[in-house]
Amino acid sequence: MKLLNLELAWKYVIGRRRAMTMSLFGIVLGIAFFVVTQAQTSGFEAFFVKTILGTNGAIKISDRFQDMDGTVSVSSVNGKTRFHLNSRENARYIEGISNPRLLRKALNQFPQITGISEILEGTGSLSGISRSQSIEIHGIKIKDHIMVSDLEDQIIRGELNEFNLNPMSILVGSRIAQRLMLKIGDRVTLNGGTGNLQLRVAGLFETGVSQIDKHRAYLHLNTAKAFLGKRFSGSILQLSVKDPTRAPQISAQIQETINHRTVSWQERERVWLDVFKALRISSAITVSSILLLSGLGIFNVFAIMVIEKTRDIAILRSMGFKPFDASAVFLWQGAIVLTVGITLGIIVGLLSTYAISQIPLRIRGIFSTDSFMVNWDSSHYYSAILIAIVFVSIASWIPARRAARIEPAKIIRETL
Amino acid sequence: MSIQYRKKALLEAKNLHHSFVEGETITKVLKGVSLEIRAGETTAISGPSGCGKSTLLYLLGLLDRPDTGEIFLHGKEVSQTDDSTRTNLRNHSIGFVFQFHFLIKELSVIENVALPIRKAGISKEIAKSRALTALTRLGMESKANRFANKLSGGEQQRVAIARAIANSPSLILADEPTGNLDSANSENVFTLLDNLARQENLGVLLVTHNPELAQRCSKKINIRDGLII
Repeated sequence: MKLLNLELAWKYVIGRRRAMTMSLFGIVLGIAFFVVTQAQTSGFEAFFVKTILGTNGAIKISDRFQDMDGTVSVSSVNGKTRFHLNSRENARYIEGISNPRLLRKALNQFPQITGISEILEGTGSLSGISRSQSIEIHGIKIKDHIMVSDLEDQIIRGELNEFNLNPMSILVGSRIAQRLMLKIGDRVTLNGGTGNLQLRVAGLFETGVSQIDKHRAYLHLNTAKAFLGKRFSGSILQLSVKDPTRAPQISAQIQETINHRTVSWQERERVWLDVFKALRISSAITVSSILLLSGLGIFNVFAIMVIEKTRDIAILRSMGFKPFDASAVFLWQGAIVLTVGITLGIIVGLLSTYAISQIPLRIRGIFSTDSFMVNWDSSHYYSAILIAIVFVSIASWIPARRAARIEPAKIIRETL
Repeated sequence: MSIQYRKKALLEAKNLHHSFVEGETITKVLKGVSLEIRAGETTAISGPSGCGKSTLLYLLGLLDRPDTGEIFLHGKEVSQTDDSTRTNLRNHSIGFVFQFHFLIKELSVIENVALPIRKAGISKEIAKSRALTALTRLGMESKANRFANKLSGGEQQRVAIARAIANSPSLILADEPTGNLDSANSENVFTLLDNLARQENLGVLLVTHNPELAQRCSKKINIRDGLII
């Protein structure tokens, strides 16, 4: 019986091929555009996040603070209700982490943390043969740092092992090397801090983030400490975690535990992440309007069809079809159009996304890429399908309800 | 709801009243109509336009409900039964033929005829076989796979009759089935209905304007101003 309603629906769909094809076209385009735009915007976002995580890590622990009166804990008399208010407004900050070894021990208690790298940050002026440039010094222990970054993959010239073996060597950002015309093995002078240092270029790295590639250089931690005159303080910790999406929660726990300013990558890169989010939502809204329009198209087709088929519905009712059957015929038509639309929409979306990923596009800025970035995420497809289902269901349900309310005697009487 | 049993006619209507409400105007269409339809008989209802013939037919066919009065089908009171029961009765016990064939143009002839059988839960294959039998009885088997809108008016009406009898109902209600046909086709359709009544022991109730056809029926009922005269 259910199949009979489906068969009738199929016959009606076939009978109105042209109108149904137009509606179908709208759904296919809507789903495909939705998938493609989401793949693009989230593709660039995912690439940016990967670059940022691979360069600056998931969490950074910097200054120690003393909680002067920012935390207030209140318990009710029976002890059942507790309030714990945190405020860092009046906290006193002391630059850098204190006692890195103890902190490491404490951080090892967090199972989510997969790597800890101590970094000493400072500034200096790097001089090549003919030019000099101010740089941001990052003193690192290479074995620790490759656990919290993609530095190994970011080396474009030279060897990390060379850097590891020579404490008086330096890893230089690609744009610095370009500006100072540096090659592997060149001698450079680092000025500032406590004096001058003669260093050998062991490698060039490229993160894709131009601000980093233009200004950052890596030194051995002990060399940096000596150069900057901060043998026992001033460093920060960079952490990697198992699930970077949970970094805000983990960093909040760490901050509570060790009383050091702890910032997740989401907080650090909030501006860019908000830009990507706005782009993603904006494109989703724009593309959803295509689906909405196709939904309206389907509504229009079905509404006209209910009027045209009023007599058919009345005659079906006279044969023993129930009001539910009348509405089911129209709901099935919606389901047929939706199923075909979703199938074709996904195929077109997949092919279009692939085609777009092959378009050459050179970007150098917040990240670097030579082709369109796309993100192959099934959630885009689920979202597009869900939106299409909602719009088409509403578009079919309203005429279907109207079909169910048709009074057969009245319609037949009026037709004669 | 209690169901009363009677051992009488195939269909019996008692004191049916029906009115239409349009805005504040109430038009009384039937003012106490009683009649009996017996199996194997052809009963004609005739009368001037707007006298309530079709309304009576739709009440008897359970497409509408009377304001007051009773309808007995196979001895069971059915006028006030629930929608589901009425729908099942329409499917199993009643076949309709209208002035216009009302065939579904997207379906072939055999698919149209098989509809009420399939609605009764019979499989597609058996339904098609039974539909073909019905079409054969009406001489339409050669047109079984054509689309309904490709047939002539007389052929379409024969298909509509085949659809009405396909699920082996006990009652055929025909609302001016020859009203849209020429005299030769009218004669054919009437003969078919009359033969069905006799050979299949069906009750046939025929609304007609044609006095000649009415005269040839087993029984003739005249309605005027909502009353049988």
